[in-house]
Amino acid sequence: MMAERAGHYRFRHVAQMEWIKLRSLRSTWWTLGITVCGATAMAIVIGLNTRNAAGDLTNNALAGVVPGLLLTGVLGVLMMTSEYTSGMIRATLAAVPGRGLVLAAKAAVFGIVALATGEAAAFISFAAGGAALRHGIAAPALTQPGVLRAVLLAGASFSLVGLLGLGLGAIVRHTAAAIAVLVGGVYLAAQFVGVVAHGAAGYMPVLIIGNSLTTTKPDNCPPHAALCPHFLSAWAGLGMLCLYAAAVLGIGAWLLARRDA
Amino acid sequence: MIEARGLTKRFGSRLAVDALSFDVRAGRVTGFLGPNGSGKSTTMRLILGLDHPDAGHAAISGRRYRDLGWPLREVGALLEARAWHPGRTARSHLAALAASNGIGRRRVDEVLGMVGLAEVAGQRTGKFSLGMAQRLGIAAALLGDPPVLLLDEPVNGLDPAGIHWIRDLLRALAVQGRTVFVSSHLISEMALMAEHVVVIGQGRLLADEPVADLAGRAPSLEDAFLRLTGAATEYQGREGATSREGGHDG
Repeated sequence: MMAERAGHYRFRHVAQMEWIKLRSLRSTWWTLGITVCGATAMAIVIGLNTRNAAGDLTNNALAGVVPGLLLTGVLGVLMMTSEYTSGMIRATLAAVPGRGLVLAAKAAVFGIVALATGEAAAFISFAAGGAALRHGIAAPALTQPGVLRAVLLAGASFSLVGLLGLGLGAIVRHTAAAIAVLVGGVYLAAQFVGVVAHGAAGYMPVLIIGNSLTTTKPDNCPPHAALCPHFLSAWAGLGMLCLYAAAVLGIGAWLLARRDA
Repeated sequence: MIEARGLTKRFGSRLAVDALSFDVRAGRVTGFLGPNGSGKSTTMRLILGLDHPDAGHAAISGRRYRDLGWPLREVGALLEARAWHPGRTARSHLAALAASNGIGRRRVDEVLGMVGLAEVAGQRTGKFSLGMAQRLGIAAALLGDPPVLLLDEPVNGLDPAGIHWIRDLLRALAVQGRTVFVSSHLISEMALMAEHVVVIGQGRLLADEPVADLAGRAPSLEDAFLRLTGAATEYQGREGATSREGGHDG
């Protein structure tokens, strides 16, 4: 008991704590399960009703990604705000006073879980959506140009929106308010900006995911269309989303370290 | 050993902790007494590095809390009841905390046994009674077998048998040479549990002496406490008036 203990907690210890916290809640598994099932169901319904073989069939099969992201984003928010609601945050920060390390561990653990879930959702949706095609339309294959990239990045977008939610949770600290900011920032702002400033619309997270990451036939604006937004390329879009998540997490970490718990 | 030196914490214009200095020595139970809202919990949060002081500092065995290598193996703390996710089981809650400080899983079951929660370890904590919740909080504090313990109102919600149990437990921990710092607003409980008391009112130090000395100055410990804290309230009234003249210090 009284002996001087050598050593120091490290990232892996904190990450293990966060992993136990995440996996020991049933709501985690329910939410992730519904995310995969919801995206798959949407892909099947769209596949069954597709009549235009010239459309972006891959993008169609991944249509469940954008609504499904909301669940991952909310789970990210809760990973932070539920600790404030219960008071657990004080136990966490007493166990690990290095607050930046706490948020980094949460981001790593949740980022990986959300990535795995997202990839599962994307690949299962893609397969199910293709299998559901009728009217003699051939299913898209992963070997076709841009298809594998679209499916992979669709999965990655779950993780990035989840991290955005985690960062917002650290900034806002109240569940309802953080979810409102997430929905407002990710979903509603895209609609608003789309109307007010077309040039900026392509930089909105939802539009990046829907029109840059998950598409195999980018930016098919009709010629001379004055109101057509310019969409980013898939990789530029991915970079932009990473930047958003990193910025929000960075601000969250800074505030977490400065504020009283 | 816990040291507080000039600890000061302001919330807006209210001075919650006012230049508080005291030592909590090892090998005895030290009570931390004060009326509700006197700054006991804030002081404990400052010692644990959860709140940032506006001035002064606190140290555990000579080191700031944030510099501890394995905080849970140096300091065990119980701050508030039910400070965990209600959907998690008692065992998972402790396993998560144990993992963060490299404490083995066997220790989790050991402390669950010590506080009498072994049989409900796999149940979700949302259904726990307040008494069970306090026991789980104490299990978390004991997890790292720490030489220093900080407990904020640990007897709250416990039945007489539970209060008796915690009194014996804390005394036994102190006899082993640990530093045990326990806050309460229940003076009668402190009279039974503590050898030494730190008394604060309005965030200021009012007394830091053996329980026997404090009790000896009045018909009872309760009278001595009320005299001390009553004086602090009057003093605060005058101080409040002066600081308002001062204007923009909040």
